[in-house]
Amino acid sequence: MSQLMLEMSNKALARNVPLSAQIDVTYRCNERCVHCYLDHEDHGEMTTAEIKHLLDEMAEAGVFILTFSGGEIFVRKDFFELLEYARQLTFCVKLKTNAILIREQEAARLRDLAIESIQISIYSHRPEVHDAITLVAGSLKRSVDAIRFLKAQGLKVVIANVLMTSNMQDYQGVRALAAELGVECTLDPTITPMMDGNRSTLQLGVDQKALRQVFRDESLIGDADEFCAIPAKADEDTLDSIPCSAGHSACYVSPYGDVFPCVQFPLPTGNVRQQRFIDIWRHSDRMNEVRSIRLKDLTTCTSCTHVSNCTRCPGLAFMEGNMRGPSSQDCEKSFVRTGVASANMLLKQQRAAANLVQIQALPAFATA
Amino acid sequence: MSKLYVARNPRAAARSLDGEMMIMSARDSTLFTLNKTATILWQSADGNTPLDEIVTQRICPEFDIEPGVALKDAEDLARELASHEIMQVSDAPIAASASSPTTQRNPPTGNAQ
Repeated sequence: MSQLMLEMSNKALARNVPLSAQIDVTYRCNERCVHCYLDHEDHGEMTTAEIKHLLDEMAEAGVFILTFSGGEIFVRKDFFELLEYARQLTFCVKLKTNAILIREQEAARLRDLAIESIQISIYSHRPEVHDAITLVAGSLKRSVDAIRFLKAQGLKVVIANVLMTSNMQDYQGVRALAAELGVECTLDPTITPMMDGNRSTLQLGVDQKALRQVFRDESLIGDADEFCAIPAKADEDTLDSIPCSAGHSACYVSPYGDVFPCVQFPLPTGNVRQQRFIDIWRHSDRMNEVRSIRLKDLTTCTSCTHVSNCTRCPGLAFMEGNMRGPSSQDCEKSFVRTGVASANMLLKQQRAAANLVQIQALPAFATA
Repeated sequence: MSKLYVARNPRAAARSLDGEMMIMSARDSTLFTLNKTATILWQSADGNTPLDEIVTQRICPEFDIEPGVALKDAEDLARELASHEIMQVSDAPIAASASSPTTQRNPPTGNAQ
C-alpha cells in the first residue's frame, strides 16, 4: 500500500467512511474448486437494478475501491452493464475471476472501461494439477489464454495462487509462469471453512512442514531471519490499534444483499434490500461491535507473544466461535514462522493435560 | 488569448473524502489527492466551461486570491493533471465521451450525510 493510500485509509477510518467494498455479484460458478467455501446454487441474487441502486448508495457513502467477485462474475449476463455503471460512478474497479470466459473481445471491453486490475486464480502451472482442483478440464489453458488477452490490452493482472497440499510443490512453477506472462503473483496458504460452518475443506490446507518451507523461502518473504524473528513486546499504541480494516474502512456484500464486515467474516449486519447501505454501515449494532474491538480487547491474544505482528483474521476467529478470540490457523502460522507457540496453543495444551483421565488401578478381586 | 477548456478524464477513478478528491490514474494506478482549490477545479471541469470562468466564478469567491494569479495556478495545475492522464486540456470544448466508451455521469461527492 502506498503512503498516500495509507493516509487516505487512516482518514477514512477517522471519518467512518467505507473506503473499499467487495460485492459478490453471484455465487454461481463455472468451476468447482475442491476448496471453495461457497454454495453455488442461486438463492435469489440481486437483480441488475438492485445492484445499480447499491452502487449509487456506495458511491454516495464514499466507497472508492470496489471489487467485484463471486462465484464467477462473468456468468452474470449483465456483468458488463454493471461494470459500465460502476465506472460511470467513477469507482476504482478491481475484479476477481477465474477468467475462463474472457476472450479477446471481453479483454478489450475491460480495457475500454479502465478496470484497475484483474485477479485470476491459478493453482499450478501444470494442467493436470490445476484442472484437478477446478474440476474443469482445460481450465488452466483457458485462464492462461485470458491472461495473455488481458496483458495484450495493457491491463494489470495479478495471479492468486492458493496453496494446498495438492499443489504445494508447484508454487515456484506458478511464479515462473507469472514472470513469463509479465504479471504479479500472490501466494496464500489460507483455506477458509465453508459458509455453512463445515470445516472439512481445511483438511486440504498445507501442513506445518510445507508452511515452514514457504516461510523460509527468501524468494517469497525476503530476509528469512527478519521475517521469522520473534516480535518485540507489544506497546500501548499497538494494543490500542484495530485488528484489521474489516468493518472499519472495508466491507462485503453478498449476492443476496447481505452486508458483512468482510468476505471472510460471516457476521450479517443488515441487508441492502431492506435498509440503506449507509445506515447499515453506520448504525448496525453488529458492525459497531466489530468496530469497537481493539487488540487489547482480545481474549487470549492480548497476552500472546505474537500479538503485534500476527496475521490473526477476526473473521476466521469468528468462525471458530469468538470474534475476540484467536484464529487457530493464524496461531499455527505464527508458530511455524517463529518456532514459538502462541498463547492459544499453550492454553490448549494445558487444557488437554488437565482433561487427561487418570488411569486408576483396578480394585483387587475380592478373595473369598 | 484563446480560451482553455478542461475536462475530467473519464478513465480516472475518483471520489471525494472529507472534501478532498482522491483520484487514481488509469495509466499506472498512481493515486493523487487534490486540495480544496484543486478539488473545485476538478469538479467544475465539465469540458464546456472555460477555465477562466471556473476560476472567476467558482475558485476566487471561495478563496481570497487575485484572479490573474489564480488563473495561472489553475492552468499549471490542469496541465500537470493532464500529464498524468487524469484531466484533459484543450483550446476547444471537450466532448463528454472523449476517450471513454461510457457516458460520464456527474461523479458523486461521497460522504453521505
